[in-house]
Amino acid sequence: MPELTENTKELRIVGFLCNWCSYGGADTAGVGRFIQPTDLRIIRLPCSGRVNPLFIIKALMSGADGVLVSGCHPRDCHYAEGNFYARRRLEVFKHLLPVLGIDRRRFEYTWVSASEGPRWQKVVTDFTAQIHALGPAKFFADAPELDFLKAGEGVMQP
Amino acid sequence: MKIGVFICHCGSNIAATVDVLKVVESAKSMPEVVYAVNSMYTCSEPGQQAIEEAIKERGLTGVVVASCTPRMHEPTFRRTVERAGLNRYMFEMANIREHVSWVGKDKAANTAKAVDLVRMAVEKLRLDKVLIPKFIPATRKVLVIGGGVAGIQAALDCAEGGMDVVMVESEPSIGGKMSKLDKTFPTVDCSSCVLGPRMVDVAQNERIELHAYSEIASISGYVGNFDVTIRKKATYVDWDKCTGCGLCTEKCPSKKSYDRFNEGMGETTAINIPFPQAIPKKATITAASCRLLSGGKCGVCAKICTSQAVDYTQKDREITVKVGAVVAATGYDLMDWTVYGEYGAGRYPDVITSLQYERLLSASGPTGGHIRRPSDGREPKEVVFIQCVGSRDPSVGRPYCSGFCCMYTAKQAILTKDHIPDSRSYVFYMDIRSPGKGYDEFTRRAQEEYKAQYIRGRVSTVYPKGDKLVVKGVDTLVGEQVELEADLVVLAVGGEASQNAPKLAEKLRISYDGYGFFMEGHPKLKPVETNTAGVYLAGSCQGLKDIPSSVAQGSAAAAKVLGLLSKDKLESDPQTAGVDVKRCVGCRKCINVCPFGAIREVDMRGQIKAEVIEAVCQGCGLCTATCPQGAVQLSHFTDNQVLAEVEALCQS
Repeated sequence: MPELTENTKELRIVGFLCNWCSYGGADTAGVGRFIQPTDLRIIRLPCSGRVNPLFIIKALMSGADGVLVSGCHPRDCHYAEGNFYARRRLEVFKHLLPVLGIDRRRFEYTWVSASEGPRWQKVVTDFTAQIHALGPAKFFADAPELDFLKAGEGVMQP
Repeated sequence: MKIGVFICHCGSNIAATVDVLKVVESAKSMPEVVYAVNSMYTCSEPGQQAIEEAIKERGLTGVVVASCTPRMHEPTFRRTVERAGLNRYMFEMANIREHVSWVGKDKAANTAKAVDLVRMAVEKLRLDKVLIPKFIPATRKVLVIGGGVAGIQAALDCAEGGMDVVMVESEPSIGGKMSKLDKTFPTVDCSSCVLGPRMVDVAQNERIELHAYSEIASISGYVGNFDVTIRKKATYVDWDKCTGCGLCTEKCPSKKSYDRFNEGMGETTAINIPFPQAIPKKATITAASCRLLSGGKCGVCAKICTSQAVDYTQKDREITVKVGAVVAATGYDLMDWTVYGEYGAGRYPDVITSLQYERLLSASGPTGGHIRRPSDGREPKEVVFIQCVGSRDPSVGRPYCSGFCCMYTAKQAILTKDHIPDSRSYVFYMDIRSPGKGYDEFTRRAQEEYKAQYIRGRVSTVYPKGDKLVVKGVDTLVGEQVELEADLVVLAVGGEASQNAPKLAEKLRISYDGYGFFMEGHPKLKPVETNTAGVYLAGSCQGLKDIPSSVAQGSAAAAKVLGLLSKDKLESDPQTAGVDVKRCVGCRKCINVCPFGAIREVDMRGQIKAEVIEAVCQGCGLCTATCPQGAVQLSHFTDNQVLAEVEALCQS
């Protein structure tokens, strides 16, 4: 597990977690005292399917350095199929991020169940390390002119 | 709005790694916050009283508590604010324990994080609206899945309480694992004498509708109103006509069918009744072994049956029932013991599982209660028991203790001596775990009174030598290698979650852990509840446990069901979606996306509009994320509220 150095300045990471699995998983990690980096702040939602990509854009444009969405494992959704919608939406959304000039490594989505405390610790630690490796997000005002072809690399072809 | 913020120390749980006073100071400058204070234990009586007093004295209209996870105490504090006259939904929590103090080492970083979480809660609360719960009708009927001892207890207790029960059992008879046992520890009383009458009670109780040899095809709906489809598997025998006389089982020419009830220790006929005390006592044909059903010529059972019950054309059929609550009591399976090649598991006929041994001990078993070696039918004199086969062994992915093996091994050692007085028993163990009433005394009796020789150590290998089995192991207390010549080796095979548990969990929309055991709502405070309202757990499906604990959980689950359905109407959670008709363009996207069919189309002056059926809405918010107009909003999780939280976090 990559260890962050003590003096690393905290970055701003927003987490959108479903109440039933991942929020519970984060609780389980807490109960087990699975130490994690402190950068992430969690917003509790009923379901990963409640995540509107707008929330993620809003966070990234307002100065967040990374956004993490976590829900129930596929087929294990508390609302039967919410995470299937999340998976479709977020996978497409991830590919659109470069068009907006945002490095798509700043956004991840994953699945953590309520019993997976150790897995939550790993998800947080790895994602935080990934964001630290990218460094603080640039302010939008400082962003260079959009080079569409370059920015569009990796975007799904129709 | 006048907001009060209460920051909990939780003793030292939060205060040790979060500067609580600093969080209080920061909270005071947050928008619309008129009062902020710290509290040693906010959930304690004085802690809750302080909230009530502050609401009354300072005229607070909204409350934020920063303490533990809302999954634990949100209902507690909602009641607190309600007692002081506030609407219970004018309340938000910041989780600064599980998500902050317990997972971060750096006090300054933790404090900053706690301040952020409080700010997010305040911003969310500012947009909260008063919500009033509605009442929904409930079906006063419960579905019990699994007819083992836990399910039987739950069903009988529910029926006793005046509740109608539908019990579904996958095997042809109820009784579960307990019905296969010869005796039970620590009383050594006959298992079927304890369980048998309870099984009869199930059959005779007018309130209990039993579906054996059936499984759950699907479950939809929600607390109070579940729609269940039960698949009744084809038995090829009309159970309404079958009298259970057993004539067919005597005449069936296909006598080499695997005997599931006897764990393969004997063979049975293609048409059979699993055991004499079976409930329901009806015959079932195993299609794979039946000569006629596998394409040959036969039809003996149909000819011999005096009530014309045999029907070779029978097909699986499905029935539907409406219930208000569900108890899952699906039990466990034995782990696959053949992974232990070093013990000769599955290769040598005289290396058997403890459950197989149980069938050899049982008077209704294949040997009529005489212990005979499977290989040559000889009575064994030297019996070696190996404990922790598939328990406490991370190398086979079973690091947990199965909990009951130490006890049943001691019982089997005692019974061996009872059956064969000149026999000698040896038990290889890792530790003796016997923390129950009269349990430790029992394992001591096995050693002292019945002279079972307990050897602390593992076995490295078992191999045949002549008609004996050589067991090589170590005695770690003496520090010596041990070599024994055994007639019979009994492996105390551990339990694991039943194979179909994850599939059922997905149908019930409940969680399960990495091993497949169902997750309880809270490890301490909600041991038989799940996080899905109206679904309860009993017995080993939640985690391995012995008979008394399974029965206790069965009763506990029944008490929960009776409590839940004691009223005709249930209070519904008002945190549901609602439609702004001015914004709705009638695109029907929300109707298509809703997993519960909770949104319908209405005609409003010639225009199509969506309308939420509040009693059906479960509050997932899929519609809110889907609506292109932002017309459907989930109360307390509106777009504006989530964005306010994002804003609060990113602008700080």
